[in-house]
Amino acid sequence: MARPDEARTGLQEVSPELVPQDRRPATGLDPDRLEVRPGSERAPGSERAPGSGIHGRQGVAWLFMAPYLLLFAVFVLAPIVFGFWISLHDYDYTLPGKPWVGLDNYTKLFTPDSVTSGVFWGSMRATGIFTVFSVPLLLVLPLAVALLMNRRFAGRNLFRAVYFAPYVLGVAVVATLWRFLLDRNIGVVNTYLGSLGLPDGVAWLTSVPAAWVALIGVTVWWTLGFNAVIYLAGLQDIPADLYEAAKVDGANAWQSFRHVTLPGLRPVVSFVTMVTIIASANMFGQSFLMTQGQPGTETRTAIYQIAETGLHNYQMGDAAAMSYVLTVALMLLSVVVFRLFREKETQR
Amino acid sequence: MMSNTTSTPLSRRALLGLGATAGLLAACGGGKTAGEAAGAGGGGGAGASASGSFNGTYSGPALTLSYWNGFTGGDGPFMQKMVAQFQQENPNIKIANNTVQWADYYQRMPAAVTAGKGPDVGAMHLDQLATNAARRIILPVDDLAASLGLQENDFAPEVWKAGVYQDKRYGIPLDVHSLAMYWNSDLAKTAGVSQAPTDRASFEAALAKFKSGGQGNPFWMPSRWPAHLMFLSLLWQNGGEPYAADGSKATFDSDQGIAALQWMVDQITKGNSPKNVAIDSQYVAFKNGKNPVTWDGIWQINDLKTAKIPFGIAPIPKIFGQDAMWANSHNFYITKQATADDNRLQAARVFIDWMSKHSAQWAGAGMIPARTSVRQSAAVTSSTQGPVAQKTDAMRFLPPVPGLGDVQSQTLEIAVANATLLKQDPAAALHDAARKASTLMQANQKKFGA
Repeated sequence: MARPDEARTGLQEVSPELVPQDRRPATGLDPDRLEVRPGSERAPGSERAPGSGIHGRQGVAWLFMAPYLLLFAVFVLAPIVFGFWISLHDYDYTLPGKPWVGLDNYTKLFTPDSVTSGVFWGSMRATGIFTVFSVPLLLVLPLAVALLMNRRFAGRNLFRAVYFAPYVLGVAVVATLWRFLLDRNIGVVNTYLGSLGLPDGVAWLTSVPAAWVALIGVTVWWTLGFNAVIYLAGLQDIPADLYEAAKVDGANAWQSFRHVTLPGLRPVVSFVTMVTIIASANMFGQSFLMTQGQPGTETRTAIYQIAETGLHNYQMGDAAAMSYVLTVALMLLSVVVFRLFREKETQR
Repeated sequence: MMSNTTSTPLSRRALLGLGATAGLLAACGGGKTAGEAAGAGGGGGAGASASGSFNGTYSGPALTLSYWNGFTGGDGPFMQKMVAQFQQENPNIKIANNTVQWADYYQRMPAAVTAGKGPDVGAMHLDQLATNAARRIILPVDDLAASLGLQENDFAPEVWKAGVYQDKRYGIPLDVHSLAMYWNSDLAKTAGVSQAPTDRASFEAALAKFKSGGQGNPFWMPSRWPAHLMFLSLLWQNGGEPYAADGSKATFDSDQGIAALQWMVDQITKGNSPKNVAIDSQYVAFKNGKNPVTWDGIWQINDLKTAKIPFGIAPIPKIFGQDAMWANSHNFYITKQATADDNRLQAARVFIDWMSKHSAQWAGAGMIPARTSVRQSAAVTSSTQGPVAQKTDAMRFLPPVPGLGDVQSQTLEIAVANATLLKQDPAAALHDAARKASTLMQANQKKFGA
């Protein structure tokens, strides 16, 4: 801790001598490469099967995977292929004729003046806005809550339950509740703001950016507990002796957070980040029920638009093409996030 | 004309019928009707007056008809009552009732019919008939209309004609329902508004009275449902048409349309309405005595009665040159599931005929029966919606163009919302939407092979 040049490298600053005996690598691993990760204590090489009967074992492996693979093939792989097939047609399942249009549905999406491109990119923008603002909040606030809940104080279990409570509600309950609380003209929120002498004319559901504040705020309130519980589990996995060691080295609260807690949480953070990004990019219920995409279609997200196009307007070819473009965008985003976390790991 | 069966006391058979309905709900289409149930009825057609070749009775083996509708509001209990009564009078026909809210109905019903698990007979809106006819979800009912002895002159001509797509009839109208004006009668008394306004001058005078009587915003302007119905009504009042009758293009961005939407926006800028009225807020405010005047569908009557709101109802005032109001109609249809089997088809006929003849009862659901002969009966003229029922001639319906509903929700509804949220100028909003609507309509024409 004393040497500042080591500060950015994380855990290995906790000098090997301080690492308790049982956490030292048993197989002659370079102590500098030591990292404390849940699940990383496995002996190296244990993945490899012993020399004999590789084929037999593979057969058994396939057998064990078969139930899942069957479901995967029927409900994931087949729809992916069929969805792509649909996207190449002017597809309305109720009509006998489903003319082949090749890549027209895709080119329409990338032609600025077409019927579908405006609404689709508008909805992609809405999804982008929601993701960019909700994900950081959903990464930081739950961590703060988890740190608080990890301390010892009276009524700790009650508070843990209170923070998690909104998550047990369904999106319909949450959205309907807040749709009325946040109404500009008949809502409780504006009434109380007014009685406190604050502006009471904010149209939380029918104007931007207020609608984004409402949607993101409600989503954070709703799902914060879930991320917090995962963080909490991660925090409880960090051995207490690492904190003791840091204390012995003279680390203050911030330093032990920065150099023990955060590195210890890395795999958890990477999981929570991915899950939160995917959940935010899939946002649908909140804007469908709270704002109905208002004002105009500004808070209509990509999933909302796809559902509307395919299921309501029966333009299934267009909707399938939109889904594919969204999927590719999400895959690119995942690769970027994945790289980000991996690079951090290899740096060390 | 029609036998009044509403006052029949609950008999033992009715109780049996109710029991049968409960059984059906538990096991949809599962058990066969017991033989004695079929025998016990002995025709049972108490309410069916023989007319023409069709005698209104079903004498085939006992069967179960699947019946889908979307009556989830104050109209639901009335439909259930009528279904129960029908089963009581026709013991070999069991009705497996499936009520799906209208918002989901037009996605689920076509999917179910395509999968062969849909209704034999059902109710849908007039403006959806052409779409579902073009998709071959529903079948022509010309021969049914003929065998039931239904005549054009017994229906409001607009309703009758709008059920025809490519020279074939697809729906048997049950009712018409329109936009209407509601006011809170307590607040009206306080403000000194004693008569329902009928034109622009009297409407604006009434709003002014509400305002000076302490109602800050007397007429909340919605941005979503039913804002586009208000717009369509005003457009028709102003002599415009929203769409070309052949479905080739959208014309709602005409000068008449712009003036209509401008009038709606003016209500906000003049302070008759607060800004940013979110979905349903105007109605919630009306039910809470915060909004003294609102325009909404007559299907809300029972909801307001249940909520014990003191209210009055009248046709919407004539803001522009002519009397006109948006209206729609619930129509019975049949699917290929019903026509596959003669007995089933006959049972479906009996059901539709019975419902049509008992439509005065349906007035209790807040609707206006489609048959002129029924509409002029006392049960209707003395009902809450009676004053609106007298204006059937002014009711206007969307043209039977397949896919029009989907086009409208993507274009016109968004334009009206953008204008009433003061996001976009009415002319610009309508021009953008109409251009897109025309493109979509031309694509639909190709798609549905018009």
